[in-house]
Amino acid sequence: MRISVTVDGVTYTDDVEPRTLLVQYLRYGLGKIGTLVGCDTSNCGACTVLLDGLSVKSCAVLAVQADGHEITTIEGLASDGELHPMQQAFHENHALQCGFCTPGMIMQATSLLKENPDPSDQEIRDGLEGNLCRCTGYQNIVKAVRQVAGSLQ
Amino acid sequence: MTITEESPETTPEIGRPRLRKEDQRLITGRTRFTDNLSVPGMLFLGMVRSPIAHAKITSIDVAEAKASPGVVTVFTGSDLADDVGPMPCGWPLSPEDHVPEYHPVAIDEVNFAGEIVAVVVARSAEAARDAMELVDVEYEDEPVVLDTAAAAAGPPYVHPDWGTNVSTHWVFDSAEAGTGTDVKDEIEKARQDGIVLERTFRQQRLIPAFMEPRSYLVDPTGDQIVFWSSTQVPHFLRVFTSIATNTPETKIRVIAPDVGGGFGGKLQVTPEEFITFTVAKKLGKPMKYTETRSESLQGAHHGRDQVQRLTLAATKDGKVTALHVDLLVGMGAYLGLVGPAVPILGAYMYNAIYKFAAYRFECRNILTNKVRTDAYRGAGRPEATYAIERLMDDLAAELDMDPLELRAKNWITAEEFPFTTVAGYEYDSGNYEAATAKAKELFDYDGLRAEQAERRARKDPVQLGIGISTYTEQCGLAPSRILGRLNYIAGGWEHAEVRMLPLGTVEVVVGTSPHGQGHETAWSQIVADKLGVAFEDVEVLHGDTQVAQRGLDTYGSRSLVVGATAVLKAADKVIEKAKPIAAHFLEASENDLEFRGGHFWVKGTDTGKSLAEIAFAALQAHAWPEGFEPNLDSTASFDPEVYSYPHGTHLAAIEVDTETGAVSIRKYVAVDDIGKVVNPMIVEGQVHGGLTQGIAQALFEEAVYDDNGTLTTGSFVDYLVPSAPDLVDFVTDRTESPAFSNELGAKGVGEAGTIASTPAIVNGILDALRPLGVTDIEMPCTPMRVWKAIQGAKPMTQDSATPGETQPHFSSKGDNPLEPPPRAQEHPGARGADAEGGQA
Repeated sequence: MRISVTVDGVTYTDDVEPRTLLVQYLRYGLGKIGTLVGCDTSNCGACTVLLDGLSVKSCAVLAVQADGHEITTIEGLASDGELHPMQQAFHENHALQCGFCTPGMIMQATSLLKENPDPSDQEIRDGLEGNLCRCTGYQNIVKAVRQVAGSLQ
Repeated sequence: MTITEESPETTPEIGRPRLRKEDQRLITGRTRFTDNLSVPGMLFLGMVRSPIAHAKITSIDVAEAKASPGVVTVFTGSDLADDVGPMPCGWPLSPEDHVPEYHPVAIDEVNFAGEIVAVVVARSAEAARDAMELVDVEYEDEPVVLDTAAAAAGPPYVHPDWGTNVSTHWVFDSAEAGTGTDVKDEIEKARQDGIVLERTFRQQRLIPAFMEPRSYLVDPTGDQIVFWSSTQVPHFLRVFTSIATNTPETKIRVIAPDVGGGFGGKLQVTPEEFITFTVAKKLGKPMKYTETRSESLQGAHHGRDQVQRLTLAATKDGKVTALHVDLLVGMGAYLGLVGPAVPILGAYMYNAIYKFAAYRFECRNILTNKVRTDAYRGAGRPEATYAIERLMDDLAAELDMDPLELRAKNWITAEEFPFTTVAGYEYDSGNYEAATAKAKELFDYDGLRAEQAERRARKDPVQLGIGISTYTEQCGLAPSRILGRLNYIAGGWEHAEVRMLPLGTVEVVVGTSPHGQGHETAWSQIVADKLGVAFEDVEVLHGDTQVAQRGLDTYGSRSLVVGATAVLKAADKVIEKAKPIAAHFLEASENDLEFRGGHFWVKGTDTGKSLAEIAFAALQAHAWPEGFEPNLDSTASFDPEVYSYPHGTHLAAIEVDTETGAVSIRKYVAVDDIGKVVNPMIVEGQVHGGLTQGIAQALFEEAVYDDNGTLTTGSFVDYLVPSAPDLVDFVTDRTESPAFSNELGAKGVGEAGTIASTPAIVNGILDALRPLGVTDIEMPCTPMRVWKAIQGAKPMTQDSATPGETQPHFSSKGDNPLEPPPRAQEHPGARGADAEGGQA
């Protein structure tokens, strides 16, 4: 099937198999390998991207469902060489170790603040519930999100 | 060129919370995880796995799979039998051990569900997966051996030829070793006039569950075969691949690029690695294999799986006199790289921080029809710590003593270091009093004890418990001589090279292979201080056997203690090498020079020469002194003489809802003594993550097999890796008694949190419920198990719980610790794919 999707500001038109997942299209179709795959059941959230500005797990969306939509991946988050505040906050708060969950975690965190610009710590934790991290124990991730939320006030 | 102005003194890098160098690529998605890599013309592998736990393979028909679109070929075990040998076990405990032969692709029998029986080679991963469905395997079922205790008694047998399921029987006895008195005598004495506690604890099977699924890419194009692997151990992989595939080491280059976590789970040489390499070599084409999460949970090694039978003897005033540990360890169907030795890494640690007169440890490693177990964060030491810290709490309860006072009565005091334990290890340093005092203060121990008493008195349905863990561990794997005595195939040294580049920057090449630990940052700090160069001017290279030729990789909290010591020694050699050159250029005697801030200074003058200038002079070598090689680069290897022994006091305030069985962590304080710290920010991150994995064992995680040997926790829907709302913010702090085993004074921190936190949580739950008569709950302490324990307990007061017999339909089969417990599926942490936010 032919789809047309805008990914990180560039519009691509491609033929895809109906069964192709959005994450497969991003990684293997477009080479957007910054978005990662950590499970097969939509539990880990490593593949989280923004679809029209809000987070989706790109393993739970078919590429054809993204037709006509705008996707932002971790690779499109920084602009003009400046890190997105959430990327900067993850760096400053040591919110990543191995970094495998990080792209999905950062995308989910940006979406979380878009929906709730002033979350409590518990709301941050609840908002990240669908993204698993095995390294950090989440404490510094929560701290990073809190820092960005604070700076937006 | 002579420097006449001294550079200003800078703040030492060691001890600074430097932000990580590694982060930039990871937060922007510019990563080189193995599955992100492509080689032109690469083909994809699909592994066909047995759904049966124990069977003979009677036939395999691959014709239909071979004809499937996009398929290049299909291999069975017998097709590859001449190309690749069996999987290595690097640590049988004695030459007499039973070690089963483990073929990367099964040939005529399968011994666990998930074992590979055929390999599909295709033009895409999708085509490979489609064709996997078409491979037709006929099995003839064999009896399935699952329960460790039943398997120890056997039959039936996993490997019937042996006539037993026992792979090894290993004993340490303090009377025999001359390190203590006789356990039997001490226990007998205590039976007459003291206290004897007998307990059986179960260490459930856990799954390391690194976030990056294992991925391999092999490119045989050209003369050398390049092997990218998401491994913790590239150097081991190179050696064992060479042996198994009869390929010269010189023709194999292993690269561990960005690796997404390991926790021991990637301290392995895997069938999938050997298969990918063998097929690439055989077909002369680049091959890639990336596992799915389900394959990872089913086929990558698990951890723990022990039944611990424990006897502790003490005097009536609370002085422990003896500990007898009798383990049954579930190995699974085959033995992994270091699997058989995992319990032995704990064998010397059951006596922990305490002074016991007598100690005996024995363990039997048992084969079952499950995937093999091997190292998982802590490897043997979490099990040991759990056992002894549970026992100390039980003894305190028995004696009606405060559990911290009981510990203080038994622990090695600060003045007694260095101290040789009943297990024969010499602890170089420690201060248990200091860590405990700090933890008590941060925790408000007295305040929480008062609140606990008050809530007990008013029969609050949500009870408060205080969990204690005063752990220690052996780190810095490892002194090679000790490893040799334990029959390990390799040593425990580490290697480094420091290269001085002509423009003043420094390349540090290390044999350790990080996968999230932040070595690029920490090693830069160490070298910046040592050589007086800028943090930014140091580049750390690792994880590529062509760049870092020598090394023994990363595991066992060894990288800083052993690996960074090698880095320091190599840097020292650079300075020594540069000194006569500096003397030549400065026209001074070597004895008149001092090295400070990156310069050699003529003592008492402002005349000096920088290391960078000398490095540049080596490039030209025009005026280099005669008789010296024009090169400052240096290498060093370091083999520690002894282990290091981090310790700490962890306190957990646990609330237990006695009506629902729900457990929540209200406060967690961790005070750790890990010796000297290079980067406190990284250390704190290691502690947070470590605590979380230990808490996960206590509350959430368990690999569960059904009666047929099928893993029922085969996805993240059922294997409950905790997520953010399951946890709280931890309070972390440190005390410091430097290690004497290494120049840095460091002890290692990678495993500390995991080792400490599991007993802290379970002790907290039991402390909350002891007045109700609850004395044991099996891990993970799910709400169902906690609730059942409350229902089944004999209450100390008449009215505090419903008698168990009024709830016959809830009666548990899980009472017997030697039997597998029923699986509690109802944990609120369970997550489904439909529970996520976002819009799809």
